[in-house]
Amino acid sequence: MSMSEQGASGPGATVETLLSVRGLSVFFKTRAGETQVASDVSFDLRRGERVGLVGESGCGKTVTGLSILGLLPRGAARAAGEVRFGGHDLLAAPERHLNRVRGRAISMIFQEPMSALDPVFTIGRQLSETIRSHFDVSTREAQERGIAALDAVGIPLPRQRYFEYPHQLSGGMRQRAMIAIATVCHPDVLIADEATTALDVTIQAQIIDLLIRLSDENGMAILFISHDLGVIAEACHRLVTMYAGQVVEDAPLDDALVRPRHPYTAGLLASMPTRQKGARRLTSIPGRVPSPADMPDGCRFAMRCTHAQPDCRRAAVALVTTGPAALARCRRAHELTLAGVAA
Amino acid sequence: MSGNARFLWRRLSQFLPVILLATIVVFGLVQLIPGDPAVTLAGEFATKERIEEVRRLYGLDRPLMVQYGAWLWDALRGDLSQSLLSSKPVADLIIDRFPATLIVVVGAVLLSLAVGIPLGMAAATRARSRFDAAVMAFSSFGVALPSFWLAMVLVYWVALSWQLLPATGSVPFSSAPGDAIAHAILPAIALAAAGIAEVSRQVRSALIEVLASDYIRTLRAKGLRRWRILWQHGLKNIGVTLLTVVGLLINRLLGATVVIEAVFAIPGIGSLLVHAAINKDFAVVQGVVLVMVLIVICLNLIVDFLYAAIDPRVARG
Repeated sequence: MSMSEQGASGPGATVETLLSVRGLSVFFKTRAGETQVASDVSFDLRRGERVGLVGESGCGKTVTGLSILGLLPRGAARAAGEVRFGGHDLLAAPERHLNRVRGRAISMIFQEPMSALDPVFTIGRQLSETIRSHFDVSTREAQERGIAALDAVGIPLPRQRYFEYPHQLSGGMRQRAMIAIATVCHPDVLIADEATTALDVTIQAQIIDLLIRLSDENGMAILFISHDLGVIAEACHRLVTMYAGQVVEDAPLDDALVRPRHPYTAGLLASMPTRQKGARRLTSIPGRVPSPADMPDGCRFAMRCTHAQPDCRRAAVALVTTGPAALARCRRAHELTLAGVAA
Repeated sequence: MSGNARFLWRRLSQFLPVILLATIVVFGLVQLIPGDPAVTLAGEFATKERIEEVRRLYGLDRPLMVQYGAWLWDALRGDLSQSLLSSKPVADLIIDRFPATLIVVVGAVLLSLAVGIPLGMAAATRARSRFDAAVMAFSSFGVALPSFWLAMVLVYWVALSWQLLPATGSVPFSSAPGDAIAHAILPAIALAAAGIAEVSRQVRSALIEVLASDYIRTLRAKGLRRWRILWQHGLKNIGVTLLTVVGLLINRLLGATVVIEAVFAIPGIGSLLVHAAINKDFAVVQGVVLVMVLIVICLNLIVDFLYAAIDPRVARG
């Protein structure tokens, strides 16, 4: 059953599915052979929808994001499955087609704005080359659009900043410039890979607000990839939780926050700091993520799960429907009542 | 751009002391050469009186500091004194001979870059492939190959056996440009072998690092074409490395022409230097070495300025 046919909070149920990831698996080549770092990942992104992809580092969320745009390290990694976008399977598409999609229809921003921008080219040059590789416009026109993009992301004195180098900008301004570059061609989808992780908390909030505003104004869908559930709770309509390379829960954000259906999501919620008075001490999830080379046959979370039963470890667990637009990869999803956070 | 201005001023203020030091070394070096120049100048079978007369005539009896001061003062005005053998002004000799050296060195540098950069780039984009291994093997070979040996092989096959290019000599560029270039090709190739090897090796390793960086991934995520990422962003990001290599390369090639000019019988400053040294024409040796040193120092200054132009972060340091 496709998520897009069902209701969810955020954009209405009739909104078209823009991007559909189906059965995506990612393999890394190692000396010992191939290790699978993402298994059978499926989720949809609809127009204007903001989906949070959450999980601990190494759970496969970043490689999932990179696979969508064909940005996995060449030769060292391989992706299987399907990424449907605009009537094409991006995983099977030739480089020529990908280059038309990248930066134009689907953009991506990264964690570290200093290293993600070319240090020896001006901000303006990095904007205008993006515009000119997708639109046949004059240098002058590209410059005007670039300056407008800097203005749109709230960079003061955009006409001056346009001619500056990345090192002349502060961290927050650099990330804004990065967002300007990513959104200058008004893409349908923005993939934000830990886009606020490297920033100060106050700047973090500003950048999230900016992304929400751009998304609302232009109907741009955003895939927020983050280990920080707080960021996602603030910005997203839907939450996709990943664990050990698998999607373990996919539900409307409010549902997932109030009543998570997978013990791992519940664990993440419990380890989230709350601002409530007299809040509990922070809890952590005991144990470690199994290594990709040594995945258990049964539920991958079972060894860390307080609700695990012998049956859980026996066979692989499939995603089960838990609500109108919700899925969870837990045998006990229907019987457990897991604690969420107060809505 | 006050950062840039400060950077340039700092480099310029280091420039003069370095030049002064260089003149002291050049002057002092000639004093270390065994043998009394007065004896040489006076010729064979000269009497003791004649030697002393010569010594006074050339001012060789004055204290070293005075000699150095006089030499430096003349040099500053462009007078590098006269050849002890031909009595021609050393400056004129150098100006006469320099173009023949310049055309070979410039040709070798251009060849090193024209072949070395694409080769290094191709190797970097196919890192750890068989092609990469082949380029690196060729590069090691090129570095190890003595230029004079390659020069003799080239003369034997290309010039003498196949008669494709002239074997020796040099033609002024101003009188017959085509002929001048034809004469410069073989010496330039002989010099460029090591240059190509060095440039391709450095370009490869610098580019592999650049290509693995986050900003290259960003460029791909923006939909930039591969060749654009390589030739615009890749090349500019390895610009500092490339400049360093080219600076060192020109320095090295200026020295190497001494041997190459001998093999190809090119009347450049290299052969001028060798001839002068053999005949103990100290004035010429001093003049040529001084000019070469000045060229190298100026070149390094230019390279420093270009660093700041290529990489905006250099000026801040």
